[in-house]
Order: sequence, then structure tokens, then C-alpha cells
Amino acid sequence: MSGPSSMRTPLARVRNLGASHSGTSDFWRQRLTAVAMTLLIVPVVVVVIMLIGRNHAGAAQILGSIPIAIILLLFIIASTWHMKIGMQVVIEDYIHNEKLKIASVMANNFFCVAVALASIYAILKLSSGV
Amino acid sequence: MALSIVHRATGLALYFGTLLLAWWLIAAASGPTAYANVQAFTGSAIGKLIVFGYTWALMHHLCSGIRHFVWDLGYGFKANEREALTWGALVAGIALTVLIWIIAYAVGGGR
Repeated sequence: MSGPSSMRTPLARVRNLGASHSGTSDFWRQRLTAVAMTLLIVPVVVVVIMLIGRNHAGAAQILGSIPIAIILLLFIIASTWHMKIGMQVVIEDYIHNEKLKIASVMANNFFCVAVALASIYAILKLSSGV
Repeated sequence: MALSIVHRATGLALYFGTLLLAWWLIAAASGPTAYANVQAFTGSAIGKLIVFGYTWALMHHLCSGIRHFVWDLGYGFKANEREALTWGALVAGIALTVLIWIIAYAVGGGR
């Protein structure tokens, strides 16, 4: 590690972009996905309200329409990515046991990818007709 | 005000709340029986409470997140501005939640 007595210059230390080798990319993506969802929230809420009280046939028809499917796909990608980063920050803040931390970060990744893939699969299936 | 922990708590709630969203979409893709199960749950008292809580968590996290955007852009750091942003996020989150539910009942209640 580069302590105060290191002969490496500050530039040399940041060249590998920190311990994660990704530097501030999570910080940036957290904000990128947040802005995406801020833009998408109104259409998403409208879609959900459109579905209230409808039976399966009506709901499946609405969810299968192309613009609505695209809006929901974008929202799912942004939200699952956002929550993966957010939960990792929480894990790194509170869990200090190294093995438990790694297991938690892994579980977080599995959970978010599973939720994303299941939701995306469902929307694609609805788009192609159940 | 110490509302940053509420931002984090609502984020955690939304994290697990996405299971409800995923269940609903999967049910819609699976067929009428699965979809009826979701509707039975969301139509029950406990289901409505959870969906109402989910709505508030989402709206609060959104408004509180916009507050963080303002700070990220370098504004709103004075004591009175911080207070205003925090109270604004809290009030706007509750107001939007109530508004969404009023519209939802007005539009979807009769279907």
C-alpha cells in the first residue's frame, strides 16, 4: 500500500483507479441510473395505474405493447443496477467481517441479476404473446 | 433533521419490494391463474398496505434523491437551505404518494 512514506507520486497511485480498479464508476452509475429513473417514473406510474383493476387478458395486452414494454425494460435495467450499487454501499458500510462481506456482495449481485432477468424475461414473453 | 438514514431505509425497502414487481410481471407472463393470485394479494388489506408503503418508499426515495442531486451540483448547503430541502423532500414524498393513490382509485376503482 502507498502510505505517506511511499515514493510513488499521487498520479501513479490513482492510475489503477483504486482498490476496486474501477475508481468512481459506481458513484457515476448510481447517479446515471437515478437520473434515468427520475425521467422514467412518470410513464411507469401511468402504466401501473392503467393496469389497476384489469383482468389478466387486459393487463397482458397493455404490458405487451411496444412502447410500454420498452419503458418498463429501461426502468427495470436502471432500477436493478441502482439497487445493486446501493446495497453494496450499505454492505460495505455495516459488514466488516471480510468473508461475510464478500458473501453478502455476491448474494446482492445474484439477487439483483435474478430480479432483473426474471422481469425482463416476463416482459419479452408478454411482448411476443403469452 | 437526520433524514439521510430514511433515504437509506427506503432504498432497502425498495430493494426487497422489487420482488413484488417481479412477481407481478412473471404472473402476467404466466397466465390468468397466476395473475389472479397477485390480484388477490394486492387487493387484500395487508397487500394494499404493502403496496401503499412501497409507493411512499419510492416517492420519498425519489424526492430525497433529487435533494442529493442538488447537493451533488454544489447548491443548497446553507443551514436554512438544507432544512428546506429536507422538509421539502419529506412533504413532497407524502403528497405524491397520496396523489398517486387518489388518481389510482379514481381511474382504476371503477374497472
